[in-house]
Amino acid sequence: MNDGSLSYRPINLGRWIIWGGTLVLFIVLPLIFKQGFARTLLAQMGILIIFALSYNMLLGQTGMLSFGHAVYSGLGAYFAIHTLNLIGAHQVVFPVSLVPLVGAVFGMVFGVVFGYPTTQKSGTPFAMITLGIGELVFACSLMFPGFFGGEGGISGNRTVGGNFLGIKGLNFGPDVQVYYLIAFWCFVSMIAMYAWTQTPLGRIANAVRDNPERVEFIGYNTQRVRWLVLILSSFFAGLAGGLSAINFEIVTAENVSALRSGGVLLAAFIGGMLFFFGPIVGAVVFSFFAIALSDITKAWQLYLGAFFVLLVMYAPGGLSSLILMNLRVMSFGKMKRLRDPYLGVALAGLTLLVGVVLLIELTYHLTLEAGGASTITMFGFPLDAHGRETWTFVIAMLAGGGLAFEYMRRRFKQEWDAIHVEIEDWARENPEQA
Amino acid sequence: MTPELALISALNGISYGLLLFMLASGLTLIFSMMGVLNFAHASFYMLGAYFGYQIAKWIGFWPALVVAPLLAGALGALVERFGLRRVHKWGHVPELLFTFGLSFIIVELVQVIWGRPPVPNDLPPELQGHLFTIYTTTFPISRGFIMLVAVLMMVALWLVLTRTRIGLVIQAALTHPDQVEALGHNVRRVFMLVFGGGCALAGLAGVIGGVVFVTEPSMAAVAGAIIFVVIVVGGMGSLAGAFVASILIGVIQTFGLALDYSLAGILRGIGVEVTPSTFGYAVWKLTIAQVAPVLPFLLLVLILIVRPRGLMGTREG
Amino acid sequence: MSQDNRSVTSALSEAGISGANAAALELKDLRKSFGKTEIIRGVTLSIAQGERHALIGPNGAGKSTLFNLISGRFPPSSGSIRLLGSEVTGRRPFEINRMGLARSFQITNIFQRLSVFENLRCAVLWSLGYKYSFWRNLNKLSDARERAEEVLRRIGLKRRRNIAAGLLTYAEQRALEIGITIAGGASVILLDEPTAGMSRGETASAVALIREVTQGKTLIMVEHDMGVVFDLADRISVVVYGEIIASGPPAQIRANAKVKEAYLGHHAEAA
Repeated sequence: MNDGSLSYRPINLGRWIIWGGTLVLFIVLPLIFKQGFARTLLAQMGILIIFALSYNMLLGQTGMLSFGHAVYSGLGAYFAIHTLNLIGAHQVVFPVSLVPLVGAVFGMVFGVVFGYPTTQKSGTPFAMITLGIGELVFACSLMFPGFFGGEGGISGNRTVGGNFLGIKGLNFGPDVQVYYLIAFWCFVSMIAMYAWTQTPLGRIANAVRDNPERVEFIGYNTQRVRWLVLILSSFFAGLAGGLSAINFEIVTAENVSALRSGGVLLAAFIGGMLFFFGPIVGAVVFSFFAIALSDITKAWQLYLGAFFVLLVMYAPGGLSSLILMNLRVMSFGKMKRLRDPYLGVALAGLTLLVGVVLLIELTYHLTLEAGGASTITMFGFPLDAHGRETWTFVIAMLAGGGLAFEYMRRRFKQEWDAIHVEIEDWARENPEQA
Repeated sequence: MTPELALISALNGISYGLLLFMLASGLTLIFSMMGVLNFAHASFYMLGAYFGYQIAKWIGFWPALVVAPLLAGALGALVERFGLRRVHKWGHVPELLFTFGLSFIIVELVQVIWGRPPVPNDLPPELQGHLFTIYTTTFPISRGFIMLVAVLMMVALWLVLTRTRIGLVIQAALTHPDQVEALGHNVRRVFMLVFGGGCALAGLAGVIGGVVFVTEPSMAAVAGAIIFVVIVVGGMGSLAGAFVASILIGVIQTFGLALDYSLAGILRGIGVEVTPSTFGYAVWKLTIAQVAPVLPFLLLVLILIVRPRGLMGTREG
Repeated sequence: MSQDNRSVTSALSEAGISGANAAALELKDLRKSFGKTEIIRGVTLSIAQGERHALIGPNGAGKSTLFNLISGRFPPSSGSIRLLGSEVTGRRPFEINRMGLARSFQITNIFQRLSVFENLRCAVLWSLGYKYSFWRNLNKLSDARERAEEVLRRIGLKRRRNIAAGLLTYAEQRALEIGITIAGGASVILLDEPTAGMSRGETASAVALIREVTQGKTLIMVEHDMGVVFDLADRISVVVYGEIIASGPPAQIRANAKVKEAYLGHHAEAA
């Protein structure tokens, strides 16, 4: 849809409105969604938001693609849960509400130690080193069962700290209390990480992303910049890990696995790495896939992967860039022209999607439940996985939806491009305001 | 460690290393040629195994040995043509992310079609049994077969690269893609062929690896990690380096798993007693066999820091 | 400083009478080989402070390589480089920059996604001492802002302050390139083909800009446009096959037979 360069300015909304609104949202959400399921979802979103934002400090802000970020969050989680157990055994006096900071500090320590050799290189070698260190730490986790707890991991109890500030019943046992703890740290982290983007190091990190060689010629040691950013990023990753330890009350080798590292990469990318709020969106969407969708269908990872690849191919700026592009069109008052094309694309796309989903779910059913019943229920309708009618329907949806989608997509693109040509022309005539 | 065990372990290590090389060579060619690190390469290895299994069920192992790699290669070519090519113009990060996402999708699709547990992908009767026996230790025919196919593949690859026109074009495009295009060769078609060819090689390795080892969805992740170590240690972009690194790592892993010595044991042998209360006992008591899984990654990290070009590489990436 | 004063200082430096100031840049028998090919084959040159010095020569002579050696992009194979009296041979670019040398690039090398203003602000941060600070709010650093605004005004891009640098026209990007180079306040400025690809009008503006922003500083530039060279330079060195075959004031170079033969050709008559 665009040529990859940023051609729009950020929308200038009142900063206080956004941050204040976010705070209100954080406070109010668990009161609206009272079910345990919803609250666990929110809690995990909060943790992933911190993790994904920390990841974007590396990727979106500084241009460092890491495949091993879970090392810092996972190691932070391990240290946090050990601390929790020390508190429980009365060997240490430390408030549970501050245990995430333990995770943060140790995440940072490893950021210093691992970060130094890692940031000696950049680009693809950097990505490879992070992958290597990730695999290294994961493999080590099975070698030292004393610290890592072997296959079963290390479990803990988050209520061991007694009552928070002495308030009766406030021991972080209930879901809603853990949620507010997470929400607190999440909000604080968001502010901190945002503030960082407005500091000298934050801006120079952007410069390193755009042109690492040139940065040296304005007086900055590029490697030092990368190392420092990694250290700060690993602090917040460790914080997320510490919260994860408290939330799940267990830490296993999976916390340092390549799967976790891949997950946060997906989350940050899906949301979009170009803007600060991108990873927040990505964390929310990813959580939906991983937690809500995984309950509905076993094929959720396939959907997630396909969604990710489609974004890479058609919207590498992620969902946040899509949102902002549309907001920009709106600000020029040209959104009405896209109403019909959008409708067309949506309907055709929905048809195609239903076909694809049916195809996947039916195939899954045939493979996994080979001996069982042959009917599955989709959207409330029973479908016979062996029935010819079912498959004819699926093929019809796929073919029809596919053709319609392609046609609608082209029409949409025409209109979209036309609008943007107009915008470019206007920008050329009004260079100060573009 | 008896001499015959050492010999058999060495041979096993070499055969495993040759299998790794079959995988690594395709990846190296793709990387040298297109600058793309194909994250999904190990997934094509897995596809080769599963295709081989399915086709063998229908028409037997030996035809499958030919058909499955071709299928994998065709799939790779399609992926390049309709996916990678689109993303190429945005740079290396999106390319890497694309192949990363692709590897994810392939693993999931395999599970949708064949299920999560390992499939009974057994050795065909011709490959069962032993090639030779030394005292009581045996060397399986299947391992020997791996070595045979790998050597044949290397010879064929060498012939194609040095004796055919397309091979020369590939060699030239390895270092000077723009000039090659200016000379009128359809570089994009060559890219597609190379990517497809690399995936076919991975598929071939998969057909064999699938029957010699286990065919299951996690084989892509396991192979993928090792393969990255191989090409980075060997030097990204160097076939010779990939060969040396494959053998090296194959041997290290095989030997490592067979050795039961620990530092504590060695120290005890020279009279130093190491007990559970000694500081760092957790490290001392580790046997080499326990440490073996970590060794390749340790090597990877070391090489990346000390000599990022790898043993024989020409590019850092 | 007037033209005459500069020539006197250069003459004094050449004669070895140093007075209070060391040479801005001193190259002694500089050599650089890439593999078996020797690109720079023994360059010795001394440039006085405040001098405007041009390096000219045919393509492939090694002028950009010389710049890369001086600015630390890669180390020389042998020989020494002294900047303002201090040894900088083999040092990293950021170290050399901190010691007072800044350079621009032949191929525009800016921070595409940052705005024009941010580009300039980044360029001043180190020289103002903010280093790797991650606790101070950029927008509250008034000295950084003012300095960036000043450079913005001088390079004539005030109207484009908030545009992403990647969206500027070619000539605007070249101006920004120069702006980033001088923003840090370095006293020795290296400009690599600053007017490359520019039209007549753009070149004239660029020359005026260069003259203004390098007042009181040492300027070393690589240029192919002889008009620009003879307009700006106090001294010219001619680089051919990695060696300096002539060095001196413009008139002397114009009259030099060796130079005419090797390089100037018809340019000498036209200039």
